[in-house]
Amino acid sequence: MSTNTVATAEAASAEPAEEAPVLEVTDLAVTFPGLNGNPDVHAVRGVSYAVRRGEVLGIVGESGSGKSVSSMAAMGLLPDHARITGSVRLHGEEILGLDDRAMARRRGRVISMVFQDPLSGLTPVYTVGDQLAEAVLIHAPRMSGAAARARAVELLDLVGIPNAEQRYRSFPHEFSGGMRQRVMIAMAMANNPDVIICDEPTTALDVTIQAQILDLLRTARRETGAAIVMITHDLGVVAGFVDRVLVMYAGRPVETGTVDDVYYRSRMPYTMGLLGAVPRMDLADQSALVPIQGTPPSLSDLPPGCPFAPRCPIAQPECELTEPALLAIGDQPSGAEIRAGDAEGAGAGTAGTPGAADTTQRVACVRSGEITDQGWTAQDIYPVPDIPASPLAEVPREERPEVLRVSDLVKHHPLTRGAVFKRRVGTVYAVDGIDFDIREGETLALVGESGCGKSSTLMEIMGLEAPQRGSVSVMGRDTATLGRSDRFALRRDMQVVFQDPMSSLDPRMTVFDILAEPLRTHGRPAAEVTRRVYELIDLVGLNTEHATRFPAQFSGGQRQRVGIARALALEPRLLVLDEPVSALDVSIQAGVVNLLQELQARLGLAYLFVAHDLSVVRHIADRVAVMYLGRIVEIGDTASLYARPAHPYTQALLSAIPLPDPEKERARTHIVLRGDLPSPADPPSGCRFRTRCHKFPTLSAPDQERCTTVEPRVAATNGGDQAAACHFAERRTGV
Amino acid sequence: MGKFLARRLLNYVVLVFLATSFAYLLAATNLYPRGYFEQMQPPPTPEAVNAQLDALNLNDQTPLAQRYTTWLGGVLQGDFGRTIQGGDVTDQMWMKAGVTLRLITVATLLGSAIGIAVGAYAAVRQYRRFDKAATGVSFFVLSVPTVVIALVVQVLAVAINDGLGFQLLRYSGEYSAGFDGAWWELLGNRIHHAILPTFVLAVALFAAFARYQRNMMLDVLNADFVRTAMAKGLTRRRALLRHALRTALIPTITYFTFTFGALVSGATFTEKIYGWHGMGAWLIDSIFRQDVHVVAAVSWFMAVTIMAASFLSDILYAWLDPRVRV
Repeated sequence: MSTNTVATAEAASAEPAEEAPVLEVTDLAVTFPGLNGNPDVHAVRGVSYAVRRGEVLGIVGESGSGKSVSSMAAMGLLPDHARITGSVRLHGEEILGLDDRAMARRRGRVISMVFQDPLSGLTPVYTVGDQLAEAVLIHAPRMSGAAARARAVELLDLVGIPNAEQRYRSFPHEFSGGMRQRVMIAMAMANNPDVIICDEPTTALDVTIQAQILDLLRTARRETGAAIVMITHDLGVVAGFVDRVLVMYAGRPVETGTVDDVYYRSRMPYTMGLLGAVPRMDLADQSALVPIQGTPPSLSDLPPGCPFAPRCPIAQPECELTEPALLAIGDQPSGAEIRAGDAEGAGAGTAGTPGAADTTQRVACVRSGEITDQGWTAQDIYPVPDIPASPLAEVPREERPEVLRVSDLVKHHPLTRGAVFKRRVGTVYAVDGIDFDIREGETLALVGESGCGKSSTLMEIMGLEAPQRGSVSVMGRDTATLGRSDRFALRRDMQVVFQDPMSSLDPRMTVFDILAEPLRTHGRPAAEVTRRVYELIDLVGLNTEHATRFPAQFSGGQRQRVGIARALALEPRLLVLDEPVSALDVSIQAGVVNLLQELQARLGLAYLFVAHDLSVVRHIADRVAVMYLGRIVEIGDTASLYARPAHPYTQALLSAIPLPDPEKERARTHIVLRGDLPSPADPPSGCRFRTRCHKFPTLSAPDQERCTTVEPRVAATNGGDQAAACHFAERRTGV
Repeated sequence: MGKFLARRLLNYVVLVFLATSFAYLLAATNLYPRGYFEQMQPPPTPEAVNAQLDALNLNDQTPLAQRYTTWLGGVLQGDFGRTIQGGDVTDQMWMKAGVTLRLITVATLLGSAIGIAVGAYAAVRQYRRFDKAATGVSFFVLSVPTVVIALVVQVLAVAINDGLGFQLLRYSGEYSAGFDGAWWELLGNRIHHAILPTFVLAVALFAAFARYQRNMMLDVLNADFVRTAMAKGLTRRRALLRHALRTALIPTITYFTFTFGALVSGATFTEKIYGWHGMGAWLIDSIFRQDVHVVAAVSWFMAVTIMAASFLSDILYAWLDPRVRV
């Protein structure tokens, strides 16, 4: 094993034109010993990669694939009890096994890291400037405090914090998520490191902020010339940003190569499935997504063969014998060789250690050669579910009954001061006059950045109370006129599915009880309850034996299925879906999205779908309403809104979403919005979007005047269903 | 911020007034000063008793409202009336307060400092030997009433002194009666007497603080910002000290001020057992003496210390945690 590694390393250094890699990880394995008799968790099992200066490597995988743990191991940030083997070399020097003091000297100076959650990543009790200055000072003890502060201000400026001098003294809680992530990046850049590891740096952020942060990372790379290791689960983020990709599954790399090879010529069924499972908003044809059956294996109890074999549609008996090595296409041993046990030498060794110079596509799949020869794509090997067409599709929208109408809905929260005598000091305009309707069998998606009022709107509708202003009618009944029993009865027709399948199910109830609860509440006889529960379990694709289990025994996707089944128990006509798939991994998400579409077609449900992922929205919604600061800025049918977004905000949102298509993504120019969402307590005058609008600065002075003084109303633009609230709405080819 | 604190302060003044008034009314209606005089040997005449009670504003034949008004009038001028023996309550109160404050200041500082250090380190070494030992000791101390600890320590001190043949440990009184010498000798003598009661109070506090700090520290130990600090290049030790401990101290410090306030009354047993004439001991004694004014004065003092501690904790909290600054 080791001889192979050395040979590859030598081959790499033998190439004269090749710079030595900055970071070289070889055969890294991380095991967390199980406590109290639990089995050990093999989080990382043989990861090898190398990056040179200025190069960007993407590490892609779902949760639990070991992508974060492997990078934490390289940084020396894992807890002491983790067992780490293999080799991590920084500038050729072995750093694995160095003590904390020696590692600390390298961390932040040679190798630095940007983490996922900027909200909790900064110490709440120190100013951002001081924390940044600390990063500078720790590696330059002789530098004066004033010089470090000056450098911190310079860095804040560099990462685009306005008024860096003043904001130096701000505390983390005074910054938005996007700004905190900028500070984290500034910290990572502070000492011009040679490698920056970014661990899901944009996952917790809105798309418009994600676009800003990705831009900033490009700047960081340009400024520092550092190599970047980009860890993400988002195949779109990686496509346009990285040079090479490493796909991980169950703690091992299963495919690696240049981004184009991996995306256009995937040879590992897992990669193919992942790419097929991502909804694509750039394609006109929105056929069913490719779901990958099953769930990733437990890292403490792995099958002997290929870890993906149990989920793989083209698995053969040989796949279950030994774990395939990461090899170039065509180098995999044949099925006969594996059966003969011949593969021992090739299979066990990590001959596929990719050196720095090595951009050959390597795949850990015994059938990779076959896949290449046959030219299979995800659609060929994965069974694509057949989603029946809804009988309602024939009926024109106008002739279908309305299930929900919201007119001029307002929800203002008073801002108060004082503990004993509260006085009003302002108003949060959470929802400020919105109108929409949903007809039977259709899906309306409500999209927008966090803080735009999506959730407040849902809560107002779900409450079935009289709103502060305007009206909500469900199934044609105005909620303001409802009595207690009417309201109770009406709840049957409208049910909700929550975002987090972990916390929205009572952990102490079995699935049976969870599903039976709404039925019992509404007084159904016991026999009917039992019958209906099993019917529901079957409807959402779970098995009968699941009924007696507790939520903790299910995976995220299965739990969300339970959540959907519960919502369907009372045969509602409208389902309110609050980010139902955003907590799920891509391969699981596809299955749930398909289920939702199937249920809609079979049961004629209407959906109010709240989401921030516009790709999923494009896939599932018939109509889309875009919200900004408590107002709807654009509404219309999905196809035309995505093809011809009329409002500058819609344009920016759509433009900000990275496509999982490297060539398209490289060719696109993104509209990057400036700054953050303004406070909903103090919205800008006139058009609320004008402060961030990319069109506003290009307008003439009188036109700008109109934007600042007159608030635009939602008006039909491109004819038909589409309407936008912009004085200068335009027709533009989207995406 | 200033306005916020001023409003808080006003609230506290009102609360102190109410607490003290209730204490006075309770004491004045339930204690029986007349009995104190009636049982004197030789028994005084009823006229003499009445005269005494009138002089002290303790006569139960005077309407309660009138006695209360008289008492309140004095309090507003800083006069808490007379003790049942005729002494000045205010003077004695400040003396007793000095004794108690001396005892508990040192004890809380010592107990909390050791508790915080032990708790924080135990959290870092969670489930290792140190943590298990610290947890064991803390729970043992917490489960034993202070009274028992005080007595056991006293018994042990006696045993040690007997074994050694000379007085290594002092366990009674605040200072040696009749002891005279230069000021440092007097100070030394007082410190000598203070060691055991301070230790007893500190041990109980240590246990509570160690448990509290361990929990607070565990909350932040795996916080993302500690990881960020390490990623910047801080060693684990330094990241834990500068970032984790600093953040985990915020709730502890507010807890500290409350403990301090509560201990003014909480040190009663220790004071009694070690013969210290502090607030707590005074309160117990005066209840037996049917001394209404002392009970009211001690209640006032305790209310003030608790409010002051809580006010201090507000200020400290705002100072330590920028998130609550207004």
